[in-house]
Amino acid sequence: MAYPYRHDKETRVLSECFGDPAARTVAGWKAVGGYGGIARALEIGREATIEDVKASGLRGRGGAGFPTGLKWSFMPKTAARPHYLLCNADESEPGTFKDREIIRWTPHQLIEGCLVGSYAIGASHCYIYLRGEFFETTNVLARALEEAYAEGLVGSDILGSGVDIDITLHVGAGAYICGEETGLMSSLEGRRGEPRIKPPFPAAVGAFGMPSTINNVETLAAAAHIARHGGEWYRQWGTERSPGTKLFCVSGHVNKPGNYEFPLGFPLMELIEDVCGGIPAGNALKAVIPGGSSVPIMDAADCRGCTLCYEGVEAAGSMLGCASVIVMDETSDIVKQVRRMAHFYAHESCGQCTPCREGTTWATRILQRIEDGRGTEDDLDTLVQISEQMTGTTICVLSDSLAMPIISSIEKFREDYLALIRRGERVGAA
Amino acid sequence: MADNGRKAETVTLTIDGREVTVPKGTSLLHAAESVGTEVPHYCYHPGLTAPAQCRICLVEVEGAPKLQPSCVTMAADGQVVHTDSPAAKRMRQGVLEFYLVNHPLDCPICDMSGECKLQDYVFDEGRERGRGREPKRVFGRDDFGGDVLYYGDRCVMCTRCVRFMDEVARDSRLTVVERGSRAVIDTFFDRGLEGASFAGNVVDICPVGALVSKDFLHKARAWDLDHTPSICPNCSHGCNIELHTRDNLVQRLKPRENQEVNGHWMCDYGRANYEWLNRPGRLEAPATGRGSDRRTADWKEALELLFGRLAAAEGDVALVGSARCSNEALAGLGALGDEMRGRTAQRVFRAPRAADEVPLPGFPLLVRRRDLVPNAHGAGLLGFQRCGDDGGEGGLDEVAAHGEVIIVLGDDLADQDGDFGANASLFVYLGTFESAAAGNADFVLPITTFAEEDGSFVNAQERVQRFQQGLRPPESARPAWLVLGALVAALRGEKTPDSAPEAFARLVAAHPAFEGLSWEAVGDAGVALGAEAAHG
Repeated sequence: MAYPYRHDKETRVLSECFGDPAARTVAGWKAVGGYGGIARALEIGREATIEDVKASGLRGRGGAGFPTGLKWSFMPKTAARPHYLLCNADESEPGTFKDREIIRWTPHQLIEGCLVGSYAIGASHCYIYLRGEFFETTNVLARALEEAYAEGLVGSDILGSGVDIDITLHVGAGAYICGEETGLMSSLEGRRGEPRIKPPFPAAVGAFGMPSTINNVETLAAAAHIARHGGEWYRQWGTERSPGTKLFCVSGHVNKPGNYEFPLGFPLMELIEDVCGGIPAGNALKAVIPGGSSVPIMDAADCRGCTLCYEGVEAAGSMLGCASVIVMDETSDIVKQVRRMAHFYAHESCGQCTPCREGTTWATRILQRIEDGRGTEDDLDTLVQISEQMTGTTICVLSDSLAMPIISSIEKFREDYLALIRRGERVGAA
Repeated sequence: MADNGRKAETVTLTIDGREVTVPKGTSLLHAAESVGTEVPHYCYHPGLTAPAQCRICLVEVEGAPKLQPSCVTMAADGQVVHTDSPAAKRMRQGVLEFYLVNHPLDCPICDMSGECKLQDYVFDEGRERGRGREPKRVFGRDDFGGDVLYYGDRCVMCTRCVRFMDEVARDSRLTVVERGSRAVIDTFFDRGLEGASFAGNVVDICPVGALVSKDFLHKARAWDLDHTPSICPNCSHGCNIELHTRDNLVQRLKPRENQEVNGHWMCDYGRANYEWLNRPGRLEAPATGRGSDRRTADWKEALELLFGRLAAAEGDVALVGSARCSNEALAGLGALGDEMRGRTAQRVFRAPRAADEVPLPGFPLLVRRRDLVPNAHGAGLLGFQRCGDDGGEGGLDEVAAHGEVIIVLGDDLADQDGDFGANASLFVYLGTFESAAAGNADFVLPITTFAEEDGSFVNAQERVQRFQQGLRPPESARPAWLVLGALVAALRGEKTPDSAPEAFARLVAAHPAFEGLSWEAVGDAGVALGAEAAHG
């Protein structure tokens, strides 16, 4: 079965085996060089593995883009207490569907990445926290893990190295907030999925109170390749500040939505117009959300010349996030889209911090009222002020994540709001 | 601080332009408090862990990229902190507005009104007008069991109550259910707070009117209550409390912080048992004469008559005290026995004892003690022997049949019959209520309860603690220390003690166990017997 999302311009590192069921087995994965990464890591040692990942410049693929090697180096060097590696597979950012594809097509890629990460940080136990709705994905991974255990790749004395690394799958109950690193730890421990105040940082006090490192699925998958080929190899792709390749999840108004892998720095318009076949019915581009719903919205002008790397998207006024590109054409009702996002964040707020608990709900209700044609121009000022009060005032960034689309949409698409407020006209209401 | 010559490490920082030096490890919130600045806070409580989730205590720390939660940010050398900068004020105003989006403004019918932190902070710094136009969310009221009601609409989700039950009571019975703005506090499926031993504290620590006491519901407005520092009379641990009174009635008991005794807490048993202080039908006037000869007298007449009888009495004396009485009263009774010509044959008290102690696991100092009276230790130190059973009954057969002098102080003799003291040559009863067993008393003298007088108790930790008068006593009731002190003074030919402190000073002079103590040194926080501080 051919993978439906393919384009000749792609550089396939992580997605090489997507669509090939054979790669789901240990043998299939080994056939493409799999488990060579952990073998080499065991050979060169922990410190050298971390140095490799540092040299590669790999940045966290979960959204924040923090340098992975640096994160690993924060872990205590002594093994006085157990260390844990936590793999964040709670992929639930609206518009994002890359981790799911990595796991369901190449579960051993993730398992190998977990082994490399665990080994590097001195963890003998790794937890993979899976999104509750990932039924098929979880089954695929569970089968693969069972096989990896049977083959001696996971468990005690892996690959005859004397190193013990266990991997446990933990399925969440379906909460966006459990994808926040400390929320994930709370949930893993059996508590309510509530983020924790930092400091202490996870490398000091993480899961079960022990030093922990948490990495995204795609990050660990990339680390497996870096462990196999070395840090410099990874830098053949991407830019100085954003090395390597990245999966881009393109959805919305394009002819060929899907998962595409490119070196970072790939031009946004080329992705939309060429790789994804352009916008249906010849409509004009209106807006792009480049990094999952939690980042500022870009208008068509922002998109021109924008390159898809951390610094490139930042220069265009938004953030690369987890590279989930949501494309909206001229028929899109921005107010409705923002209201739907607001509803999502209000529904997913854990409710600990007042600005988030109350602010996300309040903003949703104001947006709903505007959408229903009962808004006033004052409401826009109120929305912006609420959003400012939700920015930088909470334990985690969930409320910031709603503030950004609200503020940017009012800034860039004020006319859409005013048309509704003044004349009751909905843009693209079809 | 002087121990081992080691100096505690301190840090010096600037808060709102003032230089402050505090011990290392002090939070910015406490550092600000030390210079008299209250940083508003809800989720933080000094007796609980700090989740830093209410976000109203955020302050500006120069050099930090964002406002910092002052409850969990530790003071550091050279820090420059602004609690009142435009950014901090704007944020607080914002958080207060968020609370009011859904908080019902039902202050006129809310029990917390007048002592509500949301009310206070909004009055201080809130917006003049709210901008919320959407209808408010409604949860309604939930009975949590025990004495606790939950008004979900008023809740600010600070989770103090959940953390109290988890961390201090270690009896997890409350939790947050749902999430986001749908989150409410709730009990678990099959049980609430009924039968819990310390659950009443969740009402005290609730910063708003979300958790209220059923017993206190709609009984009084906060601003009508007088607060009097006192000691819980319901067990020998002697939790420091406040009597909250209105219309000369105790309306509720509230814990008063004392880290040496009860922290911020008190038990539900102690909290619930106060109605006896409000019971009507008290002894109102002194009376003399047995049976049909009984007639009321004024104090002067009664005491003169009694003094004459006491001075003339020859026989052995039986003293029955009560561990509900103050040290001053019990010392007065003992002194009276000593001044009489006859030998003191009996010097006893009775007190109910519970089968078990009830500890508070998260604050191990606090234990609901077995003795369900406040001054069993004081009575012991002052020479009284415990008698009777664990119900606080019996044990008085010898006294009841005693043929010579019987003086009963504060024991209502409820289990005794009408023959009590029938053979006595002189029977004096100092009490608060009429008693069938006092029918043979030659003198019935109305005394005050601990709530109607100043005095002291000794708790189970051997700590002397003072309580103050919170209620006006009935017509002619007098503190027992005064009545007994007057009689002792008359027998000795000295001045009657004119105050509780004076009575205490005489007690200290007479009893080595109390050596070195002064009324002032005991103060509102109490002092341990034999402790250095007592002499300081």
